[in-house]
Amino acid sequence: MNEPSRPIALAVRNLSKRFDRPAVDALDLTIYGGEFYSLLGPNGAGKTTTLRMVAGLLRPDSGSILVNGTIDALADPVSAKQVMAWVSDEPMIYEKLTPFEYLEFVAGLWGMDPASAEKRAQELFGWLGLAPHAHERCESFSKGMRQKVALAGALVHDPKLIILDEPLTGLDAGSARQVKNVLRERVRAGGTVIMTTHILEVAERMADRIGVIAGGRLIAEGTLDELRRQTGTTATTLEDTFLTLVAEQAA
Amino acid sequence: MNHSATLIWLAGHELRLGWRDWVSLMTAGRRTRIRTATVALIVFALVMHFIAYTMVFRYANAGVYPDKATLVVVSGTMLLSWSLLLSQAMESVTRAFYTRSDLDLILTSPFSARKVFAVRMVRIAASVTAIAMLLAAPFINVLALFGGIRWFAAYGAVAAMGAVAAAFAVVLTIALFRTIGAKRTRLIAQIVAAVIGAAFVIGLQICAIVSFGTLSRFAPLQSEWLIAHAPEASNALWLPARAVLGDGGALVLVAGISFALLCISILTFAGSFGEHAIAAAGVSNTVVRQARWQGFRRRSPQRVLRRKEWILLLRDPWLMSQTLMQVLYLLPPAIMLWRGFREGIGASVVLVPVLVMAAGQLAGGLAWLSISGEDAPDLVSTAPVTSRRIIAAKIEAVAGAIGLIFAPLILGLGLVAPAAALISAAGVLVATASATLIQLCFRVQARRSHFRRRQTSSRIATFAEAFSSISWAGTAALVAAGTWLAIFPAVIAIAILAGVRAISPRQ
Repeated sequence: MNEPSRPIALAVRNLSKRFDRPAVDALDLTIYGGEFYSLLGPNGAGKTTTLRMVAGLLRPDSGSILVNGTIDALADPVSAKQVMAWVSDEPMIYEKLTPFEYLEFVAGLWGMDPASAEKRAQELFGWLGLAPHAHERCESFSKGMRQKVALAGALVHDPKLIILDEPLTGLDAGSARQVKNVLRERVRAGGTVIMTTHILEVAERMADRIGVIAGGRLIAEGTLDELRRQTGTTATTLEDTFLTLVAEQAA
Repeated sequence: MNHSATLIWLAGHELRLGWRDWVSLMTAGRRTRIRTATVALIVFALVMHFIAYTMVFRYANAGVYPDKATLVVVSGTMLLSWSLLLSQAMESVTRAFYTRSDLDLILTSPFSARKVFAVRMVRIAASVTAIAMLLAAPFINVLALFGGIRWFAAYGAVAAMGAVAAAFAVVLTIALFRTIGAKRTRLIAQIVAAVIGAAFVIGLQICAIVSFGTLSRFAPLQSEWLIAHAPEASNALWLPARAVLGDGGALVLVAGISFALLCISILTFAGSFGEHAIAAAGVSNTVVRQARWQGFRRRSPQRVLRRKEWILLLRDPWLMSQTLMQVLYLLPPAIMLWRGFREGIGASVVLVPVLVMAAGQLAGGLAWLSISGEDAPDLVSTAPVTSRRIIAAKIEAVAGAIGLIFAPLILGLGLVAPAAALISAAGVLVATASATLIQLCFRVQARRSHFRRRQTSSRIATFAEAFSSISWAGTAALVAAGTWLAIFPAVIAIAILAGVRAISPRQ
């Protein structure tokens, strides 16, 4: 999968952010177009901080972020945001709007053509099982439904790079499957997905490549087989491999 | 632990929670601010004593057995204060029903829910009474200092008022639960609480306008007609006023009846309090479908942001009621305007500061909702729109709402007094801009549902907002009166804004 000829969707170089201690420490990350990349790490490893800096929600102390190969996200955040979407673990939507209105709002923010945005919204409602609830206010929705509305909002403007921070937290099996299917569909259509998750089975099944981050640094990266080789063990699952990598780093 | 020990332990627990709530309110949740808050409270207390001195010093020698006119004014003032206490108590009772922080723990504990809620009701009564006594303290202390220790009896009368307010609040809220159900009680109770708090003041003002052509709420209380028609000075109706004035017998009677009423309401309703709290905890949002007649429409990012703000406000009756309750206070000036228009009197100049003050206060609330109360901050921040445009759209949303509310009043004023209308328009504009600037300087990320706690996040912003509105209202009033003295409140307002900008936290 690691082919230098493939277009680069995201290039992070020497990225650092310090709060009371270093959260992200000189991180380098390269993610290719059409790739499903899973970023794993223990709590407090710097995953969310990294993704928030990429999404433009947090200003890094140093380093560079290049989106789509050419857009300097720090120098031209508006152009970078035009091709990106962000979904966090806590669905942030407007309770008094309906999913239809929420997506219309998002389409307006991204300056989309109304006809194509509405067509796309209807498709997403269908895929995510939201169609029967499209005109109901979100205030009565469960967390899973809200997360699906947030995801539909992230996808309605057809982003090239989708950044998801623990998107499956709190979702039931059915909803999680719908979300995973939509993400797979995006990758098949040429989009790039970066996702953090603590559900290692999801990363194992869906990710083309996996990055393991600890102490704000990338400690391992590659396909599952490559990670296994890196640990030098006969670990069979990603969970075993991940735990071995993190334990080695801690030691 | 035996039963009485349990009750005492619970009361101690509630007292501790109440104390921590109060400290948190004073320090905006930061323990490091305790010293600052203490100094600020001492300064505030001194200022309040000075204000009280200027207001009540001349009444210090009012007799224990006063004339009817004094009894009418004291009783009217007590009723006015009591309506505010009742409003505060209803708000506390409603919050006790709907705040789930420890409700699950209480209801699943092996204690009797009836006893737990009885203690909670006592806590509500105690907190309402404590606030009332704190607010009344400067006035009572000044009166006692210059008129003798008999005035300390007023503390007892205030405590009695707090007890009766808490008892009535429990009865009214339980009655609402029984008549309209748990789902609607939260909104209705809070509106009723706000209306009760405002109704008496507004009612007196309307009465003053209609009868005396003035906005002073004391004018009706001092009217010859009311004094002539009031019961004789020996009537039992004046017992609360007599208690305030230091009549020991009246105080014992009033306090006894008040605390008996509180006890009866607690004993009668503690059981149903628990049942209704359970009902309130089980309330879920009903599905609300929005009619949709057309598809997506082309709108600029700024327009969608403005539209979003207005829709969210219009669809949230609770928020709308909290925000627009301030507009209730515009009712008396609106009536005054109507009378001025009908009778062609020049009283319209009085309206100028009222309009400017109300606009400043309302704009502060709306600006907080729009700028800080963003429920999807990540979405807006990751949109391909510059933060300058986002802020501009939010400010436009505030200005649009203010324009919609105040334009009809200013236009109406323009028909009677064009110059006053022009000054009002300029004042409303400047007061709105100032309140919005203050909210911009102190913006924080918060949920819209935290609207009522917005004052605790920054005391400086709250005071700056209030003093800026007052200063601009003063400026507008003096400009309308045609005096160059208007420059002084304007300079104060500008100094407040400069100070706010200088000390605002780095955004």
